[in-house]
Amino acid sequence: MKYIDEYRDAKAALALIKKIKSTAKKSAVIMEICGGQTHTILKYGIEELLPTNITLVHGPGCPVCVTPLELIDKAITIASFKDVIFTSYGDMLRVPGSKLDLINVKANGGDVRMVYSPLDALKIAEVNKDKKVVFFSVGFETTAPPNAMAVVEAQRRKLDNFSILCAHVLVPPAIEALLSSRESRIQAFLAAGHVCTVMGYSEYIPISKKYNTPIVVTGFEPVDILQGILLAVQQLEESKCEVENQYSRAVRLEGNPNAKKLLTETFDIVDRKWRGIGTIPQSGYRLKEKYSTFDAEKIFNVEYITKEESPLCIAGEVLQGLKKPTDCSAFRTHCKPETPLGAPMVSTEGACAAYYHYHK
Amino acid sequence: MCLAVPGKIIAIEEIDSLRMAKVSFGGVMKQICLEWVPEAKIGDYVIVHVGFALNIVDEKEAEETLEMISEIEALMNEEEKQNSTSAE
Amino acid sequence: MEQNKQYSVNDYSCPLPITDYDKVIMAHGGGGTLSHRLIEKMFLSQFDNELLNLQHDGSVFEIGGERFAFTTDSYVVQPIFFPGGDIGELAVNGTVNDLAMCGAEPIYLSVGFILEEGFPLEDLWRITLSMKRAGERTRIKIITGDTKVVDRGKGDKIFINTSGIGKVYPGIEISPKNSRPGDVIIISGKIAEHGVAIMSAREGLEFETAIQSDTLPLNRLVSAMLKVSNKIHVMRDPTRGGVASTLNEIASSADVGIEIDELAIPISEEVKAACEILGFDPLYVANEGKMIALVEKQDAEKILRIMKNHPDGKDAAIIGKVVSEHRKRVVMKTSIGSMRIVDMISGEQLPRIC
Repeated sequence: MKYIDEYRDAKAALALIKKIKSTAKKSAVIMEICGGQTHTILKYGIEELLPTNITLVHGPGCPVCVTPLELIDKAITIASFKDVIFTSYGDMLRVPGSKLDLINVKANGGDVRMVYSPLDALKIAEVNKDKKVVFFSVGFETTAPPNAMAVVEAQRRKLDNFSILCAHVLVPPAIEALLSSRESRIQAFLAAGHVCTVMGYSEYIPISKKYNTPIVVTGFEPVDILQGILLAVQQLEESKCEVENQYSRAVRLEGNPNAKKLLTETFDIVDRKWRGIGTIPQSGYRLKEKYSTFDAEKIFNVEYITKEESPLCIAGEVLQGLKKPTDCSAFRTHCKPETPLGAPMVSTEGACAAYYHYHK
Repeated sequence: MCLAVPGKIIAIEEIDSLRMAKVSFGGVMKQICLEWVPEAKIGDYVIVHVGFALNIVDEKEAEETLEMISEIEALMNEEEKQNSTSAE
Repeated sequence: MEQNKQYSVNDYSCPLPITDYDKVIMAHGGGGTLSHRLIEKMFLSQFDNELLNLQHDGSVFEIGGERFAFTTDSYVVQPIFFPGGDIGELAVNGTVNDLAMCGAEPIYLSVGFILEEGFPLEDLWRITLSMKRAGERTRIKIITGDTKVVDRGKGDKIFINTSGIGKVYPGIEISPKNSRPGDVIIISGKIAEHGVAIMSAREGLEFETAIQSDTLPLNRLVSAMLKVSNKIHVMRDPTRGGVASTLNEIASSADVGIEIDELAIPISEEVKAACEILGFDPLYVANEGKMIALVEKQDAEKILRIMKNHPDGKDAAIIGKVVSEHRKRVVMKTSIGSMRIVDMISGEQLPRIC
């Protein structure tokens, strides 16, 4: 496949690894904050190919993993109503809430359906006018425009049986929160390439300056990640701190202005709880008042549901990159993909699931 | 979650007042929404996420990235040759 | 048996085996870890005997000095008509293949239909003809059967069970316990076609060249292989759960390590692209006309040649080997040269795939 295969080339990967080895004199702790990148790093065993003075840390890059417990409980409550068809991306179906997950709801007779695109959820709403169709709107800025489009389209097509349960999170506030934490040992960031395809990367420039941390916008194939790591390492060696764009074939400084315009017209930026981390100010999206008839939280009266995290799993520390999944005593014992204790073991992009499947 | 894949635009049409395209991903054809890339034309490659095109792939930039990597490859091969000759 | 008696969990004298869900979920049918757990903890624990405990695709037993293989499989694939085949053809080929994987020539088949009220007879006829043709191709005879009808909404158009009996080739013993380090692993052709064909039908995916299910009977290929070598230790067809799950099962039951090479695994460009779009790992996608053989190194080239010259094995390739390290685990050399674990799938990637 064009624009994919070239970036999986073994010779290119090996050359980059050699160059990283010869360049990296100092130790470096580099965090990536995208589930897709975590997945690639573990699937291709990139960490073990790097010199030992480079440490890769996986941040809260999986929006499924950071969706707060109370939102899962809200989803389960809504999905359990008789006249509801609850639609969601596949990953969310098995994230454990306080007691159940959405798969349990399905097994108990709830109409829970997996969709690949929010447009599929719209189609379901059009075909099932007697039911209320709810779409679990999860994701970073990459997924927000498609989900926003679903709401705008629903309004245009006058679908009064469609709504979204909104759980969007934003990356730059999370990076700031992580860097400002006292325990942070992160020296450089790989920024999520597809988030930047939408949003551009100008937001990262003040963050990079404020915390004196290089940030490299990076793609998702093994060659992309290795080149991103190389650029970060080079900056650290030269004591630079800039925002660089490795994924220049897909990312422009200004991002996609059309998609961004849709976001500002559809969503307000609000404080959001991140599972395992806590509330990060101004780090999430909520539907604007003019779209309140599409806001499932209001329609189904579930705004009151709140839930505190129980300290069962160390997901928080894993998500912040303070610990690795292998540091967790429940890893591979009580906590496995078929019996997950926390979200990072459920999502295919969660750090714990990735470690479970790929790590030797 | 950020699964976005590059595909080639084969045909463009309007469906339900939305600008849509038939996109080929290595032979797999899908209907993709082009609303946010109005300048995209047939033959362009676009980055697609959950049924929507996020951006057009910049061919020039792609080539430059690969060229940069080829240079590193060449450099590394040179160094290896030098190291093995000096070892003899 | 009393009618209408309500059985309660407390009626069982043994405690209900520990499960994490108290109801059946779709993942229990996925062929992965949850499936295996259900089978081991619920069924094997109760039906326990030395033939069943081998957990092979079929069971081999002896009657009057002759060895036979017996197997059963049920087919619930959705949709029932898909590119490259239908549920009927699958039901015949699938059971023929399970017998072939035991080193047996298929002889007789039974067929059980569970039909939903309202299912069009025209579709049933189409499926019946399909099964007839599949039977003729393999020369297996359908010698007994059963038909049941359930109320509308209580079934899903048609479910089929087939059970088969075959005669094991003389001098042939296919068993994971014969596998040893040094054995070569061969696959008979390109992977992931059936799963992608099913998904394309479900999701309305279009292709430049349509991807078809690879369902076909493997008995002729197996017969050709067994004619040239009796050093074939294991044969399995990687259906639900794909190549990865099958290799994990073999590694586990044979107590060996397995190493495979990502670049050696045959896969078509379009199937690869489809998996990319759908977010699937082709190693976990179902196949219905492929087999994996673990053979002694000295016969590997000879067997591979026979396979490649056979119409049902033209894309056969060596994909790995059996090792003594990392027992019970499968490890793969990635396209960039690093090594990573290939785990058993835990739930199911594609429900109702076969």
